[in-house]
Amino acid sequence: MRRDETLADYLRAQGISRRGFLKFCVATASMMALPLGAAEEIAKALSAARRPSVIWLSFQECTGCTESLTRSSRPTLESLILDAISLDYHHTLQAAAGSAAEEAREQAMQENDGKFILIVDGSIPIKDDGIYSTIAGITNLQMLKDTAQHAAAIVAVGSCAAFGGIPHANPNPTGAVPVMDIIKDKPIINVPGCPPIPVVITGVLSHYLTYGTLPELDSLHRPLAFYGDTIHDRCYRRPFYDQGKFAKTFDDEGARKGWCLYELGCKGPTTHNACATAKWNGGTSFPIESGHPCLGCSEPDFWDGGGFYQPLSTAAFDVNKWATTAVVAGAAAGVGLGLYNKAKKSTAQKHHHKVSVDEMME
Amino acid sequence: MSAIEFLNWVRGPALQVSLMVFIIGMLIRVFEIWLLGRKKDLSVARDAGSTVAGLRTIITRSVPPPGMWSHLIAGYIFHVGFILVLLFFVPHILLFKKALGLSWPGIPNGIIDGLTIISLAAMVYTLAIRLSDPVRRTLSNFNDYFAWLVTFLPLLTGYLAFHRHVGDYTLMLGIHILSVNLLLIAFPFTKLTHAITVFAARWYNGAVAGRKGVRV
Repeated sequence: MRRDETLADYLRAQGISRRGFLKFCVATASMMALPLGAAEEIAKALSAARRPSVIWLSFQECTGCTESLTRSSRPTLESLILDAISLDYHHTLQAAAGSAAEEAREQAMQENDGKFILIVDGSIPIKDDGIYSTIAGITNLQMLKDTAQHAAAIVAVGSCAAFGGIPHANPNPTGAVPVMDIIKDKPIINVPGCPPIPVVITGVLSHYLTYGTLPELDSLHRPLAFYGDTIHDRCYRRPFYDQGKFAKTFDDEGARKGWCLYELGCKGPTTHNACATAKWNGGTSFPIESGHPCLGCSEPDFWDGGGFYQPLSTAAFDVNKWATTAVVAGAAAGVGLGLYNKAKKSTAQKHHHKVSVDEMME
Repeated sequence: MSAIEFLNWVRGPALQVSLMVFIIGMLIRVFEIWLLGRKKDLSVARDAGSTVAGLRTIITRSVPPPGMWSHLIAGYIFHVGFILVLLFFVPHILLFKKALGLSWPGIPNGIIDGLTIISLAAMVYTLAIRLSDPVRRTLSNFNDYFAWLVTFLPLLTGYLAFHRHVGDYTLMLGIHILSVNLLLIAFPFTKLTHAITVFAARWYNGAVAGRKGVRV
């Protein structure tokens, strides 16, 4: 997309009809629970949008977030919008490499000082001054700090950037932390998920392009429109939970009948995300629909929640090991104390002095 | 700390500690009582068959003195309700299954719900009796009210979490498990220990009384 081209021009050139574009705007507005007129506003704002500069920094991550957004079987409107908003710097997508790439980042930062959106995916290692992940000899920590101070707002895409994700999981050898632990003076929107739903990313960007403000966020900086409800609240299998009908294994009768996956470890009740409504793969389905329990990937520390296939109501550790240790320790301590009490009693008896009548008469 | 981190903490490290305190504490109590030994009986037993006297006391102490039927019914309802909810709510069974490797069929959620409300009401009634009756009030101290509270909280928070009445479910579930942690820690140090000593103590009292004195 040329720098002077509008988004509408670009999408038209890519074969997206006006109807298709408006459908996207209406869907975005309704997904974000915006008022009725909002779709029109979004359409106008996005049509007129002239290539807002976006710098996308990838740190300790697996590129799954970028893949989720761009590698669908056919280009989705979401991926085209991502192309169109244009990335002045994105490792996976940019053509430039080496010093040319770093120059592009510097240039974009200077040209759009205070105006560009910074998207971050991946966590940032801070142990040992952040040496565990570097790009062009610059640590992730330094690059984030340098870039963030010129950004208008930061969108932390994926659970790693939002909450630390897998690199942050116990024992966290690199001291990985999320963006919000480092940057305190810029507006931050967290779009967690492993990966996040593409429409959530474009929805947040559309909101920002249309209104110039951040959408309403929850206490973890997640847009309430997408993360306001739990998977469980919106799950089509919820009635089975209420009726107490659970699949016990992945291939029993309950599983075939599509009963609730709570006993197989579903974290839906404590997971805030839009999977059950926005769905995946162009609206095809979401994990529970294909018979797999929710992993809770859009919540902090989802990797350390006591096992993906352990029910939410169970202890998040090996109870057997702990209980056995406790039984041995308790029995030993009990016998020890009991014997000590016995010894004390016999000593007391030995030293007991019987008072004679004569003594009492004195 | 976010709600989910709090939940992971209460069902992880916090539960590890409280489970340790519970198991070690209860075993110490049991072994101490067991190893206490018995005083040598220097007199001729009135009734050598003291087992019968012990069993009789277990039964007589389980029946209320005249005029205290409502107390007894409230007490029984709360105890039975609490145990049924603890052992037969499906998510609780999953907890025991993972810990002990044993599982059993659950009671439908609707019935568990009713049992919880009835148990809560019975507990409130027992507290009202304790507070309104001058004799009971005088006999009660902090330990009695504390034991009541740590038993009441898991029922109440469990009910609120299940129904999503107050705040965020994740947070409420975390508070529920925290209250269970509190109950586990309080167990060996309060009169809650009666859960394992009650019948042994009643039997012992009866058996001792059965031996004492002279046959008339």
